[in-house]
Amino acid sequence: MHEPLIFTHSRPGRSAAGQYPLTAQADVPEKLRRKRPAALPEVSELQAVRHFTRLSQLNFSIDTHFYPLGSCTMKYNPRACNQLAMLPEFLGRHPLAPESASQGFLACMYELQEMLREVTGMKGVSLTPMAGAQGEFAGVAMIRAYHRARGAVERTEIIVPDAAHGTNPATATMCGCTVVEIPSLPDGDIDLEALKRALGPKTAGIMLTNPSTLGVFDRRIQEVAVLVHEAGGLLYYDGANLNAILGKVRPGDMGFDVIHMNLHKTFSTPHGGGGPGSGAVGVNQRLLPFMPIPVVGKEGDRYRWLDERDIPQTIGRLSAFMGNAGVLLRAYVYMRMLGRQGMQRVAEHAALNANYLLARLKGAGFEAAYPDRRASHEFIITLKRQAKELGVNAMDFAKRLLDFGFHAPTTYFPLLVPECLLIEPTETEAKEDLDAFVDALIAIQSEAEQDAAKVKGAPYTLPVRRLDDVRAAKQLDLVYKPE
Amino acid sequence: MPFIPHTENDVREMLAAIGAPSIDALFDEIPARLRTRALAGIPDALSEMDVARWMTQRAQLDGRPLNFLGAGAYEHHIPAAVWAIVTRGEFYTAYTPYQAEASQGTLQLLYEYQTMMASLTGMQVSNASLYDGASALAEACLMAVRAHRKSKSARILAPATLNPTYLEVARAITEGQNLRFDVLPYERASGLTQSGALHEHHGEDITAVVIQQPNFFGLLEDVDAITDRAHAAGALVIAVVNPLSLAILKPPSEWGAKGADIVVGDGQPLGVPLSSGGPYFGFMATRMEHVRQMPGRIIGRTVDLEGKPGFTLTLQAREQHIRRSKATSNICTNQGLLVTAATIYMSLLGAAGLEKVAAASQTQTRALVDALTRIKGVQLAFGGPRFHEAVLRLDRDVGEVLEALARRNIIGGCSLSKHYPELGNALLVCATEMRTQADIDAYARALAEIMK
Repeated sequence: MHEPLIFTHSRPGRSAAGQYPLTAQADVPEKLRRKRPAALPEVSELQAVRHFTRLSQLNFSIDTHFYPLGSCTMKYNPRACNQLAMLPEFLGRHPLAPESASQGFLACMYELQEMLREVTGMKGVSLTPMAGAQGEFAGVAMIRAYHRARGAVERTEIIVPDAAHGTNPATATMCGCTVVEIPSLPDGDIDLEALKRALGPKTAGIMLTNPSTLGVFDRRIQEVAVLVHEAGGLLYYDGANLNAILGKVRPGDMGFDVIHMNLHKTFSTPHGGGGPGSGAVGVNQRLLPFMPIPVVGKEGDRYRWLDERDIPQTIGRLSAFMGNAGVLLRAYVYMRMLGRQGMQRVAEHAALNANYLLARLKGAGFEAAYPDRRASHEFIITLKRQAKELGVNAMDFAKRLLDFGFHAPTTYFPLLVPECLLIEPTETEAKEDLDAFVDALIAIQSEAEQDAAKVKGAPYTLPVRRLDDVRAAKQLDLVYKPE
Repeated sequence: MPFIPHTENDVREMLAAIGAPSIDALFDEIPARLRTRALAGIPDALSEMDVARWMTQRAQLDGRPLNFLGAGAYEHHIPAAVWAIVTRGEFYTAYTPYQAEASQGTLQLLYEYQTMMASLTGMQVSNASLYDGASALAEACLMAVRAHRKSKSARILAPATLNPTYLEVARAITEGQNLRFDVLPYERASGLTQSGALHEHHGEDITAVVIQQPNFFGLLEDVDAITDRAHAAGALVIAVVNPLSLAILKPPSEWGAKGADIVVGDGQPLGVPLSSGGPYFGFMATRMEHVRQMPGRIIGRTVDLEGKPGFTLTLQAREQHIRRSKATSNICTNQGLLVTAATIYMSLLGAAGLEKVAAASQTQTRALVDALTRIKGVQLAFGGPRFHEAVLRLDRDVGEVLEALARRNIIGGCSLSKHYPELGNALLVCATEMRTQADIDAYARALAEIMK
């Protein structure tokens, strides 16, 4: 299946003229006027609709395929969340509309803050960060601001475990901090001795994901918290894996000072082909004065924006308005539909699916990276034996899975497990779909043993075969130029 | 149980396969004293029907007032086809196209988007989007520091006519990297950046000069003169533009003799609803020579092993998942779904349609200014050429007027009293192609009553 570029459908003078007013004339001084129109396509409405509908059909998605992408929580995105966030009043509300004309929207945002506070055990929540990475930025910036307010300007080191997501060190750098990496133990937990060595008078804090990206819960998290706090540092919780513990254990109770939540993971807002996300942050008492603005406050039965007049030590604004409001509304609807009991079942059934899938794959002869540990909501298998003995690596398995109608798990992350697949089924997949996934991996294993080249050549049934990434980077073709 | 498929029998079979006595046992590695009690603060579950009723009531509280507010977010008509396609599950529920073969739809669309944005801005390359216009400016400033190797100062000059929130965001996001921002003043008579303002920084090491066109007051800056002066001073030029305005205004690539170096802005006017401020998307375009300093995802066209064309994420060596602490930015996802909307929007309208929308917005704003300035106590603050916003001066407190208008179901504009106290009772108003003459008359009648 192949769909030509939209530009190839273009003919001079063709248009979807029903879409815009026909009469107006622009009035721009000669020297500021555009002389040549932009080279946008000239197509009919049907041509545009058919083109983009066909493009959509080239994608795998949650709605069409099992999508066990580890660390991404690709669970079902309820349609009601979308429909209700797109009520015309919500869509049409201007971000700077007066508070008096915004009480319905503000009430939703306030209640979302309160619910997120409750499930994370934090003291305050700001919804404004527009993605997980921006939530991380807000968190580290608050840690920096906290130390600076206490005169501890020398505290600029952020400790990050080797298993961390790449955004953690990138964020620390963005905040003007230096990164100190510490190793994980063979059982996946943090090496406390290495942590003790890393802690010192320059420590600003530590960034942790728990359960970690290794798919296991760090059992000594309380000791970690005590050590870091005793050294004068703060603990940052990367909420990438919050789905694993939702309703079971709260980051605030583990001793974390600040967390970000990926609402597009745990609270089921859509991933949209790579965004929009939403990275709300939660803080404990000591970081309350530094929250990014705006935050929604409540006085009596009225809601209002809190800004730098209310939070004078704020790290400031991270977006032109209040972040991804439409995403926040979707998360709000999702949380209201789950309710108290539903929220606890999320982690339970995510863990059930992950541990079941792990048990079945182990039973089928696949090697778990941490065989003696419980899986959290995800787990790692390593294909280093297949790579060595059969010459078929994790990427080959991943590509062949696409032919079987499954999106591939996360490959080659975390970096410290060789030839790994990080598999996260989420709570919304049925047992028979997990079984079918196991069957596919068993079939690929058997192909790899009999005809390795077949697996190495995959995929065969998708719109394209494997792509030449080297050529893509060397002969840069980033915009279409008509021949 | 909402969204969970397991029957009791499923659970039993799965636990047996795991060898665990209960679901609770799956959490036995979590220290017992950390286990959460009941979440008392979370309300009971609502059915879809009940949550729909609840949300509809909430939405109706805010209603659908007549909107004359812009200030960085603009109410344009969005063709029905745009969001009908955007919310197809294949776009809505896919993720970042790491598995290129299974993501050709998203990847090809992003390549088409990059092509359209490059053409609209006149630049050679565009990335696949950033979060919003304000954060895109922050990223552009950081990029300028990386790209301008001769400049050691990390100093950015930004005009006072830049959207003030953009400057706040740029400061907050770059704060840890020691950038310094200085503000270029504007002429009180014209509302334009003072043409001589750059002279005061003659001989200083300046990394980049920011120019917003149209500026925050809706006025058209003399972008040629500022661009040339900035380049003469050895600085890069960062253009902040409204993408819709580029249908009628010359693209930043043609500003002055050499053109702007980095172009950013908010893509919201291109098919994205107001939606309380987001999700929108930021765009960024630049010259090819700076492509490796650009943050965010970039899509390239290549071939597969049979020689067929295909699309893939490229230049990933800039990014956090490869470079970790040395990445160009910590940005990971972009705003893919909103870019999907913009790409479909631009395809449906074409250059001719965009030009008509821009022109109609400009025309309606002129009609709005004419109608409102006929009211006693209302004056136009700045008379020069503008796009689709204008600053009015009132003879009384703007906040009170806006509240009175809101009671009449009219969102009357943006008060400038917080950011521009020197302008007195100043009100920024906007009309797009969505506002009819009847809408404008209704606003004028209400304002006349209030100003009596």
